[in-house]
Amino acid sequence: MQEDYINIILADDDEDDRLFFTDAFEEIKITTRVKTFNDGVYLMDYLNTDGIQLPNVLFLDLNMPRKSGLECLREIKQNEKFNDIAIAIYSTSASEEDIEKTFIKGANIYIKKPSDFKTLKKVLSEVVTINWQYHTNSMNKENFLLRF
Amino acid sequence: MTLFFKFDFNAICQIVLEQTLNDNDIKFKTVGFGEIELLNKISKDQQDKLETALSKYHIEVVENQKSILVQKIKDTINDMVFNEDTTVNVKSSVYLSDTLGHSYGYLSNLFSEVTYTSIENFIILQKIEFAKQLIIKQDLSLTEIAFRLNYSSVAHLSTQFKNTTGITPSAFQRIISKRRAFNQENN
Repeated sequence: MQEDYINIILADDDEDDRLFFTDAFEEIKITTRVKTFNDGVYLMDYLNTDGIQLPNVLFLDLNMPRKSGLECLREIKQNEKFNDIAIAIYSTSASEEDIEKTFIKGANIYIKKPSDFKTLKKVLSEVVTINWQYHTNSMNKENFLLRF
Repeated sequence: MTLFFKFDFNAICQIVLEQTLNDNDIKFKTVGFGEIELLNKISKDQQDKLETALSKYHIEVVENQKSILVQKIKDTINDMVFNEDTTVNVKSSVYLSDTLGHSYGYLSNLFSEVTYTSIENFIILQKIEFAKQLIIKQDLSLTEIAFRLNYSSVAHLSTQFKNTTGITPSAFQRIISKRRAFNQENN
């Protein structure tokens, strides 16, 4: 039986961004459970804990103290137990170079942080809806690339 | 050396299903794609065993009537998009409602309610997925892919690809091949 909610995790050192993010998910149609972490070290410690429910989608800020989003991405991609997690890069930067580099290193989604709440809600809702289709229809995650 | 494969998803699913049923000594008659009629009553125990055997292939028994119809809508769409032998000359809304025997309004409301997306968006998503597979295989040009997927022009396919994924077909092809090279270096 499939669970009827989607597990979401965000790792971001900016408190305001974390708040907007959780608020946005409270207002979208699909039921989600959102967890946030302040940096990459806390995130990876949590993901490596036995018995936890892994997220369906993981949002990674690129610039975080202690462990960056790219380092997290590399560690996640090296561990098979994380294969089912869709990785979304959630960043203020939208340089073509950053975008392509993270896709090549295994990210599925690249989101340039929207500047207004309405757009944020729309983007997050679309990400979760499309991820839901991949999840429920056993579509090939390898081809899952999405950019906002 | 690299080998590329072409799959007939419907045929694979049907074969797996029939083999598993036979392995479990269940007598059945195939009614349609993804639908069988049991010829003898089966015990709860047998059904559990069958469901466990099928879960290995991510095949699930659909129980709720709404889910059954949604699954039929998805199967019909996948057949329309992926199966080269199914040519659909009418609008997909007409095709779906004729094939499934319900009004399109009913189907489309039910679909959105259960899947969080509309039938139109689901069709686009599946067509773009198919386009991705063909782009990766690299043996068809974009013009041929557009024709195969019933787009009126390459421009139309490219625009829909970009609108759906946020990237162009050529960027997609470049990223996937660079990613494969990257994965090979790191394994």
